[in-house]
Amino acid sequence: MSDLTKMSAAQLAKAIADKQTSAVEVATAHLDRIDAVDDRVHAFLHVDREGALAAAARVDAGEVTGPLAGVPVAVKDVIATKGVPTTAASKILEGWRPPYDATLVERLRAAGTVMLGKTNMDEFAMGSSTEYSAYGPTNNPWDLGRIPGGSGGGSAAALAAYEAPLAIGTDTGGSIRQPGAVTGTVGAKPTYGGTSRYGLIAFSSSLDTPGPCARNVEDAALLHSVIAGHDPRDSTSIPQPVPDVVGAARLGATGDLSGVKLGVVKEFAGDGSEPGVVSAFHESLEALVKLGAEIVEVSCPHFQYALPAYYLIAPSEASSNLARFDGVRYGLRTGDDGSRSLEEVMSLTRDAGFGPEVKRRIILGTYALSSGYYDAYYGQAQKVRTLITRDFEAAWQSVDVLVSPTTPFVAFPFGSRTSDPYQMYLADLFTIPTNLYGGPAISVPCGLSEGLPVGFQIMAPTMADDRMYRVAAALESTVGTLTPPTLEATA
Amino acid sequence: MTTTALPAYEDAVSRYEPVIGLETHVELGTATKMFCGCRTDFGAEPNTQVCPVCLGLPGALPVANRAGIEATIRIGLALNCDIAEWCRMARKNYFYPDMPKNFQTSQYDEPLCVDGYVDVEVDGKQYRIGIERVHLEEDTGKSLHVGGATGRIHGATESLVDYNRAGIPLVEIVTKPVPGLGALAPEVAKAYVAELRDIIRSLGVSDVRMEQGSLRCDVNTSLNKPGEEWGTRTETKNVNSLRSVERAVRSEIIRQAALLDEGTRIFQETRHFQETTGDTRPGRSKETATDYRYFPEPDLVPIAPDKAWVAELKAALPEKPSSKRARLREEWGISAIDMESVANAGAVELIEETIAAGASPAGARKWWMGELARRANETGVELPAVGATPAQVAELQKLVDEGKLNDKLARQVLEGVVAGEGDPAAVMSARGLGIVSDTGALAKAVDEAIAANPDIAAKVRDGKVAAAGALVGAVMKTTRGQADAKTVRDLILERLGAS
Repeated sequence: MSDLTKMSAAQLAKAIADKQTSAVEVATAHLDRIDAVDDRVHAFLHVDREGALAAAARVDAGEVTGPLAGVPVAVKDVIATKGVPTTAASKILEGWRPPYDATLVERLRAAGTVMLGKTNMDEFAMGSSTEYSAYGPTNNPWDLGRIPGGSGGGSAAALAAYEAPLAIGTDTGGSIRQPGAVTGTVGAKPTYGGTSRYGLIAFSSSLDTPGPCARNVEDAALLHSVIAGHDPRDSTSIPQPVPDVVGAARLGATGDLSGVKLGVVKEFAGDGSEPGVVSAFHESLEALVKLGAEIVEVSCPHFQYALPAYYLIAPSEASSNLARFDGVRYGLRTGDDGSRSLEEVMSLTRDAGFGPEVKRRIILGTYALSSGYYDAYYGQAQKVRTLITRDFEAAWQSVDVLVSPTTPFVAFPFGSRTSDPYQMYLADLFTIPTNLYGGPAISVPCGLSEGLPVGFQIMAPTMADDRMYRVAAALESTVGTLTPPTLEATA
Repeated sequence: MTTTALPAYEDAVSRYEPVIGLETHVELGTATKMFCGCRTDFGAEPNTQVCPVCLGLPGALPVANRAGIEATIRIGLALNCDIAEWCRMARKNYFYPDMPKNFQTSQYDEPLCVDGYVDVEVDGKQYRIGIERVHLEEDTGKSLHVGGATGRIHGATESLVDYNRAGIPLVEIVTKPVPGLGALAPEVAKAYVAELRDIIRSLGVSDVRMEQGSLRCDVNTSLNKPGEEWGTRTETKNVNSLRSVERAVRSEIIRQAALLDEGTRIFQETRHFQETTGDTRPGRSKETATDYRYFPEPDLVPIAPDKAWVAELKAALPEKPSSKRARLREEWGISAIDMESVANAGAVELIEETIAAGASPAGARKWWMGELARRANETGVELPAVGATPAQVAELQKLVDEGKLNDKLARQVLEGVVAGEGDPAAVMSARGLGIVSDTGALAKAVDEAIAANPDIAAKVRDGKVAAAGALVGAVMKTTRGQADAKTVRDLILERLGAS
């Protein structure tokens, strides 16, 4: 393994800018690493070697400059990349090459990053283990027999396997943070509307938030600052300046948290989290207190309803968002042999094209929105959402951020939760309230339990993304980053 | 159904009371689509005015067009509606091959405008039609079925979809149910659509052309016995002319009366109006009503029109077409029927401007409703686009009034104007069409005519003055119509000593 793949994004950017190495060398090192290990990890659905080398050459030629010029990045396959296959890990979009770039991809290109390829995920971002990818699961580099988290397991695993220093994820109910936690990497969900959704294949429009994945907090902040900011093509994009997340991360790294109040959510205790997760969390709290932070217990009484509310709102929106995949205009078409009606062709196409979890959620959402049930389900869930938002706003009266474990359990073995969807849904228990509220949250590694990474979650008020980066960097400065076992050892 | 004998219309409305309701769709004339920047030009090559947003490609997101919202608010204000201080778009979910996202971005329980009315006049009597709501939505694409004999889906070998129309802003105007119209229900329905069309045209927000589909109408009809509850309604879709609105209501009243007479239940269903036969045919049955699963569109922020902005739009509304027409009728001194045909031709503003440019009301109306309307009709364009401006028509009429042109010459001049040859005076001189007023030249022509027609000249000399007409004709011929007939006649009579 070349040392280039072990460097942070900030180090790589500096080394390229200082001409100590070239962007093409950096890209090549990562592409070679992908060649060497991805048959075991399966983090990537598509590797764009040609495109990556061309982008790197442009950086080396001085055509593109920027804070991350020449740094490789992997992009979750749910984000549209012009001319590069984009499938959302679904059969229904197999081979589709979008005719346009997502806004954040445009920004990545403009910043000089080098896109290596598209990462694996749960189909249409529905799942917590990347076992629902139509193209096979991604394996956790910490233990290839275990899940890498979901839905952004590919992005997180690519980082942990040193295939990319940076990756893009999307977080609807925890799909950036939860894979970050179980792979020992950093994943941040920005404020909803802080990063553009234009070009992100919609799962649940009111919840989906693209964000950065990295191996350390500063790198995440650097990537965050590149992709965030108002986009006139996204009506829900916030027309405000991006908080100084990079400055906040650097401030936090100095290790001073005096005067910062951390709220621990009372209702999150006693939820059946694994003991190793609980102890790693408490040790981290103690470390933060040593940096000057104050711990305050906060009650968020409606957080216990977040999971059921989420599993009505997200599938409802998904049932509508996924209606466009009907075989008429692009992607898969099945049964069109001239003998069948349009409705039959649409139905056969959707049956063949969608996997079991996607079908489950389409059916659930269709039911929740249907006349006669709307008020009891979707309408009620929206009311719960309002109450959860109020819990957050009440919390901000007494604390600066809320903290919790990111997930109740460490990476579980493949297949152990797929037979019971509810057990799978519990993986996002701690991450979902933030999505319903819209504020930012980050997962930072905070130790190991039974040799597997545990994540520490920091939640902040909307548009206070900088605040969470400060606390995250402070935690990192005291507990350190995790070093995944090299794949050579686990092979 | 076919075995049922249909009652006479008068008979039907004497025993049943109709309740009607109208849903009208108006395609707005915005330069770009409702949720993206694509152009909306009519008649463009298929699928040339599309982008990821209006094609509903994965990942694409809508952003609302302010011009579409403004136009909807103006329509609402002109229909005496309240404008919502806060409302949202909703998704109407259903699968349809020409709808790119398989949901239509529309409005449901939170429309932009509510609770207005339109007054219409039929046979000198006023009727107030309540407006329940005016809301904004997007149009769908258009299917084209090829390979069959009829162009319909039946027998077609392929179906193609043109998405140019997908995403064009569409305003839906829904009336409250209108009872109590009795036998006049069809006429009032027609008058309402005409009034609506005129109001929207006066706002300049749409070209409201029924034949091009920029104004489409669905007609709901039900019948009940006097004193009983309202009956089950049927919805006749996409009625595309004023006359058809009237015929659709009338034929549905007759059809439903026949069924009720024999004790058959009316099914709630969608029906289609047949232009050729004037009756309606069943479409999709609504027995199992489509569940559209409406919910607030999460991709768009709510619409909250600023109060001051709405007040500004209200203050700037144009004069209501019906009051304007009453005022102009008075000023122009024409009948109600003439005024109606002027309005139907879309000529009110044109005539008004022509008068403002100096023409007499009679002169202005004569050219627009005569020569120019005929030409527009022949070439299939709208009157405003026929090629002449009000100023040019006023100038033409002035030349006639001054005796420089007669009607026949004026028509030739107008032809040149329409062909783009310039203003009337310029065309007249370029084409050499002015009336010959040189008496020397006329006298020569008169002498030649007399010399060439000695028999007729003799008759006139003998006092048969009427015979002079033939000589006038001969002179007009040699001057190619460019002489003033009266002058020529006077000259002839003078020469022949018959004056």
